[in-house]
Amino acid sequence: MSPTKLNLKDKYKLLTRDLDWEFSYEDRQEAFPYEEFEGIKITDWDKWEDPFRLTMDAYWKYQAEKEKKLYAIYDAFSQNNGHTNVTDARYVNAIKLFLTGVSPGEHAAHLGFAFTGRQMGGIGARVAAQMQSIDELRHIQTQIHAMSHYNKFFDGFDEFNHMHDRVWYLSVPKSFFEDARTAGPFEFMVAIGFSFEYVLTNLLFVPFMSGAAYNGDMATVTFGFSAQSDEARHMTLGLEIIKFLLEQHEDNVPIVQKWLDKWLWRGYRLLTLVAMMMDYMLPQKFMSWQEAWELYFEDAGGALFKDLERYGIKMPDYTETIKQEKEHLSHQAWWTFYQYTHAAAFHTWTPSSDEMDWLSEKYPNTFDKYYRPRWELAAEMEAKGERFYTTGLPQLCQTCQIPMMFTEVDDPSQVAYRESVYNDERFHFCSDPCKSIFDNEPEKYVHAWLPVHQILQGNCGGGGLDKVIEYYHLDNGAANLEFEGSPDAERWKQWKGVA
Amino acid sequence: MTVQALRNDYHGDFKDSVDKFGGAQLVYIGWDKHQLFCSSRAFPLLPTMTFQELLDNVMPEAFSQHPEFGRVVWERAEWILDNQSFQPDHSKTLAELGIGHKSVLRLVTPNLTGYKGADV
Repeated sequence: MSPTKLNLKDKYKLLTRDLDWEFSYEDRQEAFPYEEFEGIKITDWDKWEDPFRLTMDAYWKYQAEKEKKLYAIYDAFSQNNGHTNVTDARYVNAIKLFLTGVSPGEHAAHLGFAFTGRQMGGIGARVAAQMQSIDELRHIQTQIHAMSHYNKFFDGFDEFNHMHDRVWYLSVPKSFFEDARTAGPFEFMVAIGFSFEYVLTNLLFVPFMSGAAYNGDMATVTFGFSAQSDEARHMTLGLEIIKFLLEQHEDNVPIVQKWLDKWLWRGYRLLTLVAMMMDYMLPQKFMSWQEAWELYFEDAGGALFKDLERYGIKMPDYTETIKQEKEHLSHQAWWTFYQYTHAAAFHTWTPSSDEMDWLSEKYPNTFDKYYRPRWELAAEMEAKGERFYTTGLPQLCQTCQIPMMFTEVDDPSQVAYRESVYNDERFHFCSDPCKSIFDNEPEKYVHAWLPVHQILQGNCGGGGLDKVIEYYHLDNGAANLEFEGSPDAERWKQWKGVA
Repeated sequence: MTVQALRNDYHGDFKDSVDKFGGAQLVYIGWDKHQLFCSSRAFPLLPTMTFQELLDNVMPEAFSQHPEFGRVVWERAEWILDNQSFQPDHSKTLAELGIGHKSVLRLVTPNLTGYKGADV
């Protein structure tokens, strides 16, 4: 007898909801041991509305076709020496930052969604999370392939995986995702599925992909287009989870609010890297960080929170703080990397006078007053042959692990210091929100692996800075330090026939 | 509750307690309104070090790259220790002065306003 072909509706049902079963002899609570400890109340998983209608077989078929096309473009890019078509060799540092700082986050997200795709009790949510888990794994793979061509011609790419667990600034994204992954399944979904992938995605993904498009980086921009349909699915999943949790039980509202307060701040702090990339690292700039924040968070995010008001959810209190920081963030971040670039896997440089004029125009209230003098001093020191690399190691925030470089919102000349004492030990924070995240769950942060403290305990190669750089697998004199005079810069001049 | 965990007895040991620094303690040192240095920095110092030794050995290592460093008059410098105003006796040790593990010590020089008077 020939097999009967299923109609679409039946096939969808059989390959999604029907994959679940009733527990007849096992205790359901034991099968889903993580479902209750966070305090979230689920009364009826059947109320879950699938955010997209996709079965696993269709997923495989569709992704395989997409990736065949993607890899054909990578091949063409490589065969045509596509790396010589970017605007300037300085641009490549933006994608070094992407590969070392963002791509490992895709892998962490893959692991996190695999966890929620196992641990949430509802089959609809599990199937959706499993698909996202596979998406994230594909994304890190396709990103590595997109950038592998650059690795043949530029320094700083090859040890990204080794560096992720060790290098000081990479502990920022690493600890962000580990914080989310060591939470329960629902906090993870709110942290990464909603806050990050829905609310903040346009401030991470879009800036890197637009930066690539404006700077002639066909490989990365093609990856961006290819991932777009996945990102659209991730956004609908993020929105569904938040609505589902809020509609299931009113007791969920304060828990979800607390998570939103925490994760929008954690995500925003992580975006510090994007802010400096947009304003300082792109030779051809497309938008300032401040403009992006206003467009994607204040306008779009504002409308979203308006929508969530009917559930009793409100915009986090500190968004006023962020509003005030938006004119300072990128300048303070690039200044930090500029002076610690001897321990970084990418190059930094002083902005050119044209770039400084662009920054003055985009940041009329702050750049000339607070930040131009810093670059003038840096240029003076450089002219004397004393390019500024700071000595010593920075004080880090216990929560976000970023050097404590952020200033008071009402006094941009004064670095902000916050501290808490827990069990007689002092802990330091860059801001009120980072302090309050710690104060809510100190046991989660007291054993943070702070890179500076680990170096000073002798756990990172022992000895001085040269040993630390070795421990990082940082190719000293090639992958780090000032851009001008670097092997990257010299090779670029050769390719372009510039003396 | 100190952490939302699967087990109520979840506990994380301090990773940076003073016993892990080989006899030294961490002190963070910053120079207010001198933003050439992006943040305070962490120094492992012996609690038996005197404040004078800190002035002579640690401060130059930390701040001598700044063009105003040579103009600091140490006798007139103001200090903030752990968010409190602080008048150190230079002959006393860090331990005697209450500069403890993970203390923040800030140098304040109101007459020095940084490069171009811009707090840099």
